[in-house]
Amino acid sequence: MNKNHRVPSNRTLGAVEVKSKFGAEFRRFSLDRFKPGRFDEFYRLLQHMHRIPNVDLLVGYADVHGDLLPINNDDNYRKAISVADPVLRLFLQRKEEADYSAFGLDSLTRPKKTVLAAMLLRPDANRKKPPVIISLPRDFRPVSSIIDVDILPETHRRVRLYKHGQEKPLGFYIRDGSSVRVTPQGLEKVPGIFISRMVPGGLAEGTGLLAVNDEVLEVNGIEVQAKSLDQVTDMMIANSHNLIVTVKPANQRNNIVRSGGGGAASRSSGHSSDSGTSFYGYSSPGTAVATTPAHIIQNFHPEELESDEDDEDLVVEVDGEAVPIPRASSASCTIPFIPRYVPHLDLRTTNEALASRNNAGSLGTLSTADRSLEGRSLEEDGTVITL
Amino acid sequence: MKRFRRHGQESHRDRIKQELYGFNKTVEHGFPHQPSALVFSPSLQLLAIGTRSGAIKLYGAPGVEFMGLHDENAAVTQVHFLPQQVDLVTLLDDNSLHMWTLRAHQGVSELLEIGRFTLTGPPGAPPSVTRVTAVLTHSSGDLLFLGTEGGHVFVVEVPGFRELEESNISLENVTNSLPEDYGGRRSLEHVESLQENPVNPRQVLIGYGRGIMVIWDLERQSAIKHIPATQQLESVWWTEDGDHVLSSHSDGSYCRWMVAGEGTQSEQEKSEVPYGHFPCKAISKIIQLPTEQGPPFLFLSGGMPRASYGDRHCISVIHSKTHVALDFTSRIIDFFVIRDGPDYTGDPSALVVLVEEELVVIDLQTEGWPVIQTPYLVPLHCSAITCSHHVSAIPLKLWEKVLSAGALQNTHYSKKPWPITGGQNLSPDAPQRDLLLTGHEDGTVRFWDASGVCLYPMYKLSTAGVFLTDAEPNDNMNQCTEGEWPPFRKVGCFDPYSDDPRLGVQKIHLCKYSGYLTVAGTAGQILVLELNDEAAEQTVEATVADLLQGQEGFRWKGHTRLEVKEEPVMFPPGFQPFALVQCQPPAVVTALTLHSDWKLVTFGTSHGFGLYDYQQKSNVLVRCTLNPSDQLAMEGPLSRVKSIKKSLRQSFRRIRRSRVSLRKHHVNNAAKVQEANARLEAELAEMELAPVQRKIAARSSDDSFTGLVRMLYFADTFLSDSSHHTPSLWAGTNGGSVFAYQLRLPPVERRAEDPVTAHPAKEIQLMHRAPVVGIVVLDGLGSPLPEPLEVAHDLARSADMQGCHQLLVISEEQFKVFTLPKVSAKMKLKLTAIDGSRVRRVGVAWFGSSRSEDYGESGLTVLTNQGDLHVVSLPGVKLQVQYPCIRREDVSGIASCVFTKHGQGFYLISPSEFERFSLSARCVVEPRSLVEVPSQTPSTTLPRAQPDGPSVEHRNSTRDTDDVAVLQEIQKSLEGYQPTFLENNVKSALAGGKVLTNGD
Repeated sequence: MNKNHRVPSNRTLGAVEVKSKFGAEFRRFSLDRFKPGRFDEFYRLLQHMHRIPNVDLLVGYADVHGDLLPINNDDNYRKAISVADPVLRLFLQRKEEADYSAFGLDSLTRPKKTVLAAMLLRPDANRKKPPVIISLPRDFRPVSSIIDVDILPETHRRVRLYKHGQEKPLGFYIRDGSSVRVTPQGLEKVPGIFISRMVPGGLAEGTGLLAVNDEVLEVNGIEVQAKSLDQVTDMMIANSHNLIVTVKPANQRNNIVRSGGGGAASRSSGHSSDSGTSFYGYSSPGTAVATTPAHIIQNFHPEELESDEDDEDLVVEVDGEAVPIPRASSASCTIPFIPRYVPHLDLRTTNEALASRNNAGSLGTLSTADRSLEGRSLEEDGTVITL
Repeated sequence: MKRFRRHGQESHRDRIKQELYGFNKTVEHGFPHQPSALVFSPSLQLLAIGTRSGAIKLYGAPGVEFMGLHDENAAVTQVHFLPQQVDLVTLLDDNSLHMWTLRAHQGVSELLEIGRFTLTGPPGAPPSVTRVTAVLTHSSGDLLFLGTEGGHVFVVEVPGFRELEESNISLENVTNSLPEDYGGRRSLEHVESLQENPVNPRQVLIGYGRGIMVIWDLERQSAIKHIPATQQLESVWWTEDGDHVLSSHSDGSYCRWMVAGEGTQSEQEKSEVPYGHFPCKAISKIIQLPTEQGPPFLFLSGGMPRASYGDRHCISVIHSKTHVALDFTSRIIDFFVIRDGPDYTGDPSALVVLVEEELVVIDLQTEGWPVIQTPYLVPLHCSAITCSHHVSAIPLKLWEKVLSAGALQNTHYSKKPWPITGGQNLSPDAPQRDLLLTGHEDGTVRFWDASGVCLYPMYKLSTAGVFLTDAEPNDNMNQCTEGEWPPFRKVGCFDPYSDDPRLGVQKIHLCKYSGYLTVAGTAGQILVLELNDEAAEQTVEATVADLLQGQEGFRWKGHTRLEVKEEPVMFPPGFQPFALVQCQPPAVVTALTLHSDWKLVTFGTSHGFGLYDYQQKSNVLVRCTLNPSDQLAMEGPLSRVKSIKKSLRQSFRRIRRSRVSLRKHHVNNAAKVQEANARLEAELAEMELAPVQRKIAARSSDDSFTGLVRMLYFADTFLSDSSHHTPSLWAGTNGGSVFAYQLRLPPVERRAEDPVTAHPAKEIQLMHRAPVVGIVVLDGLGSPLPEPLEVAHDLARSADMQGCHQLLVISEEQFKVFTLPKVSAKMKLKLTAIDGSRVRRVGVAWFGSSRSEDYGESGLTVLTNQGDLHVVSLPGVKLQVQYPCIRREDVSGIASCVFTKHGQGFYLISPSEFERFSLSARCVVEPRSLVEVPSQTPSTTLPRAQPDGPSVEHRNSTRDTDDVAVLQEIQKSLEGYQPTFLENNVKSALAGGKVLTNGD
């Protein structure tokens, strides 16, 4: 970590002014810049100051760029003290209701107050263009990754899209086309399948790994050659919960060695053909958050990808108990004709229409439960990172 | 070593697979789509039909069938048998000639193409010079005369197709031989007809389009007589005694000419316009046949008064004072007459007419000329087929009842046996009695005997009588009134016009043990019928099933419910309806199942499903499956979009039909129109496909028609706990939901009083949300549960109730096995994720081993949207075999597929034809028949045959001689004919190797 990143103007001062906010309450106190102590002492101090001794807290601070960064160990605690300029502004949250999405870094191009404002205003998760946000490292979950870089030709890219049951559409279209192949008989024009359109805001666009006019070569390890457009469409949809597409990108320039800028990415794999992960856009040097985007899966075998995610069929038994199918993760539902089930989550699904006919029973209720399930799994798993 | 052993195990399984499965397309049932040519061989007693798609089909005695397909995708315009041989020549629309033969191989004849030929003209000549318009197969059996559009006649030696240039009869030669005043400067036009003198094979009549006919002497190479007809020529017939020639013309007239005399010009004896006074349409074909005593039979096709009856398709039969204009419902392709007697030269016995949509055979020897029911070439599509249902192994009792009910309907048919008797049917007797039921647009259900090669009509059930429809039953405008002229008589059963599309039959389920039948239709009507030997007059009680269950925001924009007749209706013996359920909204019924043991019927539409107790005639359960966000299902009938397309297509067809038949060479024209039509349809189809990009998005619960019920299933299984099995009802929807209900049936003695109840037990939502197309419960041994009453009739092993039952749910994308009673996923087979195909049709079948009588396996027969057939093992759900079967573009073929319980299946290859296929190595129904070369000269009294011996000899000896020598040889053989049986026998013995001995 680069401690000399920025020289505070008032570093001669021995004291660091601390302004701590928890809920609607502020506390002000000061710390010795040169003897900050350890993180757990600081943590207890905060609990004491706010008189919340038994509350688990999540501590964050605003750095000079206006990014909200976490304080959860001695290192980042010391960093936070050292960069305080001169006020160290702390934001405390209850751990159980922590809004991880508020954490993140922002580049200097963005107005400084965006993130803070976002946090203070309890940002709406559904906003159209969420700021680039980042969660705590342990909460990272990939939305996409490039796999098998070591076994694929450099001109190809195998992209895995993780849908995780979220509402966001996969968001791309495919079309028929023709491509030129080198065969023993020379160059030959063969029919192929191409990406024809990306849906703005869709999962595919968000990854930045697929682009219009990329040629689709495989779907989940199965070659699409000699398959019709409809067949490939059906294959992709059938695999949509865990889609792995091998493409030949139309733009081949990104295939070559990526240097410098993608520091975090190139660190994770020294391989020259690595064209980055979903995090490759990460370019702020010297940030306090250590990201280890180790989602490059080597030696991909189609059978390993036999995900059970689609096994989460919902089964409703007559006694009213919500019975998930074994092997299913957290599927739960109620029977439709006993209106006992109340979605216990703050769902923003449009269930008004459905709620009115819960008594009628039928698919309506089922889909209510269904959506609530999806909603909850989203919360449980934390915020999904989209870059 | 391990690898070797494993390999051995695999090959063991492979061997079992080979013994169990084998794919064959075995036979085409029904009527060929778009027939374009017809011919009959009296000596072989075989009928041949060519189609516009280039197929050629031969039929003889019932069960004797052959089929061939030209490589060229061109219409067959003419077919001709070589006299006294098993060879035939076809002329295609692309002007190519093809030689086919029936070759015996291992005791069974096969139809093989053995040669092809295209006439080549002199360099620089226009294509019309060699465009063949008329073909004559000379009675010598080895000469073909080809008349062309340019007016020339080319002579070709067969079977090798060698042009005999010196024998050609050029237009110039003919013109020069005509007197000045007839030849004139005008062209004679194309060769319309070529006829051989029945008593003198040296004489050939050439009829030109302009009307003039010339009798040409092959030996002298000159015209010996000409017939100065002035009207455009349509057809020529040379009477059997060789004395007269009949010609028919485009103005609706026909003429009789005396040709026996010595003079060079024939006298016109008679000229008549049979439907005269006003302008008439052309008489396209004329035949006159003598009878032993009394006047001859005259057959005329067409000739109707243009203004008043120009749209009729008629053949007039005139015999003495009897004159009938047989009025067909579709265009006449061709006709021929079968004659009695050992040499088929006696009295006319039957008139065989090929019209565009059916084959009609008229018995000419029974009073009133009744129709003979055809044992094959049945018009399956006399009303469009809307669904089909196959029932294997029908008990004899039911079979006989259906047969006797059918016999009562067929009293108007002739009692005469089928007159076409060629070939020997060598297929073994069908191992069991199978029924194929087809539902039709007009509300009828037809029962077909599908046990063997011939799909034979057994019985026809009409459901329209229960309802009030617009059509009056007896407004038949073709009722023959006294003194009407022309004397029309309606024949044929092709009638594609439905009175009320709501009557259309969509689903059929027959219980073969109890004889209970349920039929469901387009307007949400479900009829339950039982078999009764007596006619009965009864009222059918209707029960309404409100599938919406108070769902709000619903607007039904579709058709209304059918109105039920309130007064008692007389039902003839056979299946008689006794209960009726009408769904509200009256959407098309999409799933239907009957359980005759429990006396329950379950039905589903796009809105929900219901359970009906047909003993107490009451609804047991109604369940709405509608998704409120599904606007399409809320609004109207499924087929709204399709019907526009369909009506468009029909209007095209109508235009095409009306245009056709104006000219004689309709095949050409029709083909052109059809081509344009096909192009248009292709364009339409392309438009429908646009945009050619596909969205990749996971299915959501909001998709259209998620509530449509696709599958309904009854099972006696462990639904709630593993110690008690109970009756249950399972329903699967388009949105991947499965609903299970536990049924409580009162004890048998209280069955009529106590209500049947249904309690919801389980719901499964498949996460991949693909439509559920099949639900099967497997017993403790992994076998599918037997059908109701099957065990009671000792025809199946009772289900194993000791072990754990399993539930197999087949969606369009996956095969998934769940445990019961606690539903948990056990294993699955993903189809779509692996190869991108989706399940369209699935059936449970028993595959017997072809090697050992007692070994067999259950399996699922699967047809995908790619047109591939798969067999999936049970209970392990592993893919066993895969065969490509139907083109993936053939959507209606794929949709029409129906599987049998023994690994066979049927699908429509055209609106009128079922292709039968077999996936089983043991159970194969295919035609096996033998046709032998006729071993006799046709007649000793009519010396038209010429010895084949010299010809054979010549062929063997003149390999290197030039054409002149060949010609001389032929002429020599033509001159000195001396019929000898011996030589003919020698020839037939040589027939097999004949092809190769052609001097070339």
